[in-house]
Amino acid sequence: MSERVLRVAAPVAVGLLILIGWEAVVRWNSIPPYILPGPLLVAETLWRDGPSLMLSLLVTLRITVVALLAAVVLGAAIAILFAQSRLLELSFFPYAVILQVTPIVSIAPLIIIWVNDTFLALLVCAWIVAFFPVVANTTLGLTSADRNLVALFRLYGATRWQSLRYLRMPSALPYFLGGVRISGGLALIGAVVAEFVAGTGGAETGLASRILEAGYRLEIPRLFAALLLLSLTGILIFAVLSWVSRALLAHWHESALPEEE
Amino acid sequence: MNAAGAAPPLVAATRLSKTFRNGVAALDQIDLAVPRGAFLSLLGPSGCGKSTLLRLIAGLTPPSAGAITWPGGQGARIGFVFQEPTLMPWADVWHNVYLPLRLEGIDKAAASERIAATLAAMGLDGFAHVYPRELSGGMKMRVSIARALVTEPQLLLLDEPFAALDEITRFRLNEDLLRLWRQHGWTVVFVTHSVFESVFLSNRIVVMTKRPGRVAVEVAIDLPYPREGALRTAPEYSAECRRLSQLLAEASA
Repeated sequence: MSERVLRVAAPVAVGLLILIGWEAVVRWNSIPPYILPGPLLVAETLWRDGPSLMLSLLVTLRITVVALLAAVVLGAAIAILFAQSRLLELSFFPYAVILQVTPIVSIAPLIIIWVNDTFLALLVCAWIVAFFPVVANTTLGLTSADRNLVALFRLYGATRWQSLRYLRMPSALPYFLGGVRISGGLALIGAVVAEFVAGTGGAETGLASRILEAGYRLEIPRLFAALLLLSLTGILIFAVLSWVSRALLAHWHESALPEEE
Repeated sequence: MNAAGAAPPLVAATRLSKTFRNGVAALDQIDLAVPRGAFLSLLGPSGCGKSTLLRLIAGLTPPSAGAITWPGGQGARIGFVFQEPTLMPWADVWHNVYLPLRLEGIDKAAASERIAATLAAMGLDGFAHVYPRELSGGMKMRVSIARALVTEPQLLLLDEPFAALDEITRFRLNEDLLRLWRQHGWTVVFVTHSVFESVFLSNRIVVMTKRPGRVAVEVAIDLPYPREGALRTAPEYSAECRRLSQLLAEASA
């Protein structure tokens, strides 16, 4: 079997086996659906509640996408600033780390109190979770341009802007894209966590609120259906960002080259 | 080209020393004059500071003591070729060669004729839109040299550019480089640890000692140009190589 077919067939086969085993275990032991629903029941629930869950997904997705865009734009801008001045980087990098390592669940309540608009509050939370990989990776990329190329640029009297535009930015691109791929997943996690903290209030409720709500009501099949949608969304985000990365790095970067024959 | 040198040299080093921050003395009191139009090789064992000397001449690193002077005026247009091809992997051959001109603010249309001519001179026609990773080591080095030549430099600095190449490729590049040097009349400073390569290419060889680098002896190589492949097996070439090997051994002892 060719590598391409195997790449799809093998994980699908594993997934099917797990689903069949799961369904069998649930039926065999007559586990009630409020403890563990079988995959068939989850699928049925997803089909029935699909439209309403999709609306919630859109709310979560909107926060995720805007937070990711903000993380990419602001993250890259911060990294460029860091790369311009070692002093700036040394002064501010530790604070970026502090923002990154502080668990978002513990500061989300504060942000929700401080920021009146719920959408904006959730956005800030998701952004805080998502921006760090872009900053850290891009800064690393901008400062690890080939030493001899840096010397060559100096020899030819390149301006700061020329070095940035023609040397540092292209050198940093693979690092930046690696950071964006991590941030994509984190933006979704950040959005969901922030929704959890914000609770079920408000007119527009995201998927996280639906999960909470379903949990309170012991509607476990719906909880699973919402969970499934969330992970599909995460996979989709990762796939799209991977595709963008490969498209931008085609021709030159090792990561985007076809396998050797 | 004569050793006495009536005309002022293009570039000279006086009592030039370089000690790195970690305390390693790379160069100690180097006196050197590079005559206009010379093909001068810096020959020495690894770690004799010959690459450092080249970087000092290019102004890429400041001296600890002494000075680099340009007796004929202020500086020269410099082309630099590193030990590795040092190409931008994200840019194709054309854009790699365009780089020095782009940094000077010359637009693509104005640069295209010069780039095409330089690519042709380096045997790179038809490779303009190929990316570096698709090229062999020798072809990458050709691109690197083309990039150094595209600005029509007065002084070409080469830092062991052919050390990593196989012998056949190295010989061809040696000959191509000599041909272009004779056509254009640049001044060349060529760093190498190969006696054979330095004798084949240069009309002056500066033999350097190890740690700290000092000038051991400077010799003229009077083999007539044009020098071609046949020279490599000629007895007078062997005799010069033997003489230089002797001098290098004495300097390294």
